[in-house]
Amino acid sequence: MSGPIHIQPGETFTLNVGPQHPATHGVLRVKMEMDGEYIVKAETVLGYIHRMHELMGENRTYPQVLPNLSRLDYLGALGYTHGHVLAVERAAGIEVPERAEYIRAITVELNRVASHLFWFGAFVMDLGGFTPLMYAIQDREHILDMLEAVTGSRLTYCYYRFGGLYNDIDDDFIAAAKAFIPRMRKSLKKYDALVTGNIIFEKRLKDIGPISAEMCRKYGATGPVARGAGIDFDVRKNEPYSVYPEFDFDIPVYHECDSLARYKVRMEEMEQSLRIVEQGLEKLPDGPIMPAKKPKLIKPPAGDYYQAVETARGSFGIRIVSDGGKNAYRFKLRSPTYSNMSLFDEACEGMMIMDALAMMGSLDLVIPEIDR
Amino acid sequence: MSLTILNVIIAVVIAIGFAALNAAYLVWAERRGAGRIQRRPGPNVNGPLGLLQPLADGIKLMTKQLVIPGGADKALFMVAPVLAMAPAIISFVTIPFSESIVAHSMNIGVLMIFAFASLSGFSILLAGWSSRNKYGMMASVRAVSQNISYEVPMLITVITIVMMTGTMDLKELVAAQSGGIWNWNLIPSLSSPLMPVAFLIFFICSLAETNRAPFDLGEAESELVAGFHTEYGSMGFGLFFMGEYANIVIGASLITILFLGGWGCPLGLFPGVWWFLLKIYMLIFSFIWIRWTFPRTTIYGLLNLSWKILIPISLFNLLLTAGLLKVF
Repeated sequence: MSGPIHIQPGETFTLNVGPQHPATHGVLRVKMEMDGEYIVKAETVLGYIHRMHELMGENRTYPQVLPNLSRLDYLGALGYTHGHVLAVERAAGIEVPERAEYIRAITVELNRVASHLFWFGAFVMDLGGFTPLMYAIQDREHILDMLEAVTGSRLTYCYYRFGGLYNDIDDDFIAAAKAFIPRMRKSLKKYDALVTGNIIFEKRLKDIGPISAEMCRKYGATGPVARGAGIDFDVRKNEPYSVYPEFDFDIPVYHECDSLARYKVRMEEMEQSLRIVEQGLEKLPDGPIMPAKKPKLIKPPAGDYYQAVETARGSFGIRIVSDGGKNAYRFKLRSPTYSNMSLFDEACEGMMIMDALAMMGSLDLVIPEIDR
Repeated sequence: MSLTILNVIIAVVIAIGFAALNAAYLVWAERRGAGRIQRRPGPNVNGPLGLLQPLADGIKLMTKQLVIPGGADKALFMVAPVLAMAPAIISFVTIPFSESIVAHSMNIGVLMIFAFASLSGFSILLAGWSSRNKYGMMASVRAVSQNISYEVPMLITVITIVMMTGTMDLKELVAAQSGGIWNWNLIPSLSSPLMPVAFLIFFICSLAETNRAPFDLGEAESELVAGFHTEYGSMGFGLFFMGEYANIVIGASLITILFLGGWGCPLGLFPGVWWFLLKIYMLIFSFIWIRWTFPRTTIYGLLNLSWKILIPISLFNLLLTAGLLKVF
């Protein structure tokens, strides 16, 4: 709830939320100027875990950078490596077999569901409900098990290769994924019954934490944050890549601009991702997972390349400027959470701290991805 | 004379023992219950079913260093946790567990319990204030406004019941409801048709009074870190923790006595202490259940609920009952 603010000089105090605070889910620090429970001014302080991934991208060869990309966002790592391989494939002109593209789409969407599930649990925990986190993690565990079997890791995947994949999926994976989809649909219904209809939950989110479409455009917010503000933008539909045009899925858009809209967008996205996985498994073609002919050394011709993908948090862009060498001349990552985070300072002014932190939860922040 | 003193000592020892035992084992029950609700085992390593867990926790808390933050008000910082635990123990003295099991029956028992219940809000205020922590300070401000606004509907509801039975003695309150479920205050009668609503109001208020979820705004770990006990470690924290559970037992006992017929059986058979214990533990289980199901309310939602909904309804109930008592 935002209220009128009449502050006398010297009546405010500074509250450091973070870098170690339960609500920031990582080492994010927000310096808040408080008037009692109301936030007068907030200033986000970033950089506590900056690791220079962009610089590393410039002084390592393209395959060497590949594992770095999954260290950005540890919850939806496949989406980020997907962006990188697509960008390099576009730059170096590598053809990808269809089967590999389908498997990429299936695994990325499963990873998106896993990421949203964790967000769901953490978000409800921000609001004080602890139990849904346990349920969400249990469902997420099935996805991690499936992905572990084919990729070899549970969080920081390095599964995609330039031109294809490291490993083909087997019948076990397909059977597990096919069994997972109906189970997950049942779980989503259960979450709706447990959380979405809850009167306290609804009161805490409805008409609270307004993020308008103008604000999204101003700060470049994308993903569920923008779609909760009525902007119908999803890279998978607007700038299709990989095999996404082959799939029939919807982009959930809500026009309420409040925290509840962002919550609903993500909950429906899980359902849409399941639809994509279902279709992907159905249409999955046979064939190789790596191209027959691919360059030994990846040396894209000189030029400026950009590839955007839709990750669990929004539009993730990779810009590679190549001078024809083994390393990128410039390696720029456009991370969605950084833009989504930037609007927090403006959006939370005049809000009460508990509403502001609920709104922060609805932005789905992953701090290593902001700091890179 | 010496017999009375002995009686008092025995009563106090039993009250402390009962409070401490409950506080320790309700923590265990809460953690096991939470585990059950969240599909995990909960503490199950120490002893059979994890029954030695409270002991282990106690030893751990006692052996920890008590850190007093720099700039804190030392005296108040030490007093606050004691103040959280002591009123709950004192309140046990006047609660009648059955016809004969009561430490000291007095004719203003209801008043006394409410007087001491107010003190627990005081302990939160002192804890937050004295620890010189901004989160603690904000939490204590919240807790005080919460306690003030929830005591009002609670007391209005109690006044309604006192009006109906004409006594403030807890034993007589139970005696007035003896004979079976149809005599309980929970069940609406001609002169008090709104009693189930009053029960609901009282139940919600007891949740808020004991700072339990979904009204645990004084702790609110996702925004205020740990609220008023952010700076407390060691047994200071332990006392707050135990005080919370002791207060829950008091709350459940009050609900049982005021609405659920105390030690009386629903069918009027074999009244005794077992019925009382059964009722309070069922209520406590529902407290635990609610805590692990609902998210937290906001502070303004909490105050709105009290001032705009609970107080008007309880006032209306009071007036209605007063009028109907005159008629019937």
